[in-house]
Amino acid sequence: MRCAILFLSLLTIATPVLADPVTPPAPYANTQLRDPAQEATAKTLMQTIRCLVCQGQSIADSDASMAGDMRALIRERIAAGEAPESIRAWLVRRYGDYVTYDPPMSALTWPLWLAPVALLAIGALIARSSFRRRRG
Amino acid sequence: MKRWALWLPLIVFAALLALVATGLFKPADRTVRSAMIGQPVPDFRLAPIVPGKPGLDAAMLRNGTPHLVNIFASWCLPCIAEAPQLMRLKAMGVPIEGIAIRDKPADLAMFLDRNGDPYARIGDDPRSAVQLALGSSGVPESFVVDGRGVILLQHVGDIRPDQVEAIAAAVKDAR
Repeated sequence: MRCAILFLSLLTIATPVLADPVTPPAPYANTQLRDPAQEATAKTLMQTIRCLVCQGQSIADSDASMAGDMRALIRERIAAGEAPESIRAWLVRRYGDYVTYDPPMSALTWPLWLAPVALLAIGALIARSSFRRRRG
Repeated sequence: MKRWALWLPLIVFAALLALVATGLFKPADRTVRSAMIGQPVPDFRLAPIVPGKPGLDAAMLRNGTPHLVNIFASWCLPCIAEAPQLMRLKAMGVPIEGIAIRDKPADLAMFLDRNGDPYARIGDDPRSAVQLALGSSGVPESFVVDGRGVILLQHVGDIRPDQVEAIAAAVKDAR
């Protein structure tokens, strides 16, 4: 029993192996831009760019150091006057459509956009035929 | 309702089950690959970080000879595992250029001292700017760049011992 407790307490004091950069984050990784309008633009873009390390989070939500570097890149470019869609295009040229949460219509994505419309149309047809049957 | 239509829900369920089972037993490849393959290296200029070793710029990668560009960091554990393979590549005559991500000079010097130094040049990338410009999504990653500065191949993750020959061949073929 005492051995087990000792073992468990040893587990809790074990320090994890560090595999993260030790340098401080980029100035604009966690600091907002001075101009509220520019910050809002940057924030809107950051929420639709995927974090490449923790895939499933946007870079606005992620604590990964690379997401911080991407936020800094976006804030610096917005502050320099670049349009958000041009920054998005820059990232898509490097990482493909995967990096954006707002995917453009392409051969791969058109079923996603058209499926709801098609399903609604099928539903309307079914509804029409069953209403007609009841009347008759 | 026709007779066969009774079976429709079961068929749809079986199809769904098959879809989920394939996803479970053969998960999709989640590796983020660079879309820059076949594209010229974007312009950059990185300052030196190790005393006595020059920094790295894009012009260097267009000097007529192919290069292996290795993106690494002293804080990256797989980079330690990769080091012997890079030393072997260097011994085989492959020119290796390093890009150090968010690193400190002292840490980097210790890393090279401990694991060997296969790099002809090392550029300091303190904000991962060049890493992002290359479409790289982590450390370590390696890019094979031909003599005109065009990216031919991206290797995601550490180079394993059995992959050394293929990488060396790719650099050799990249004239």
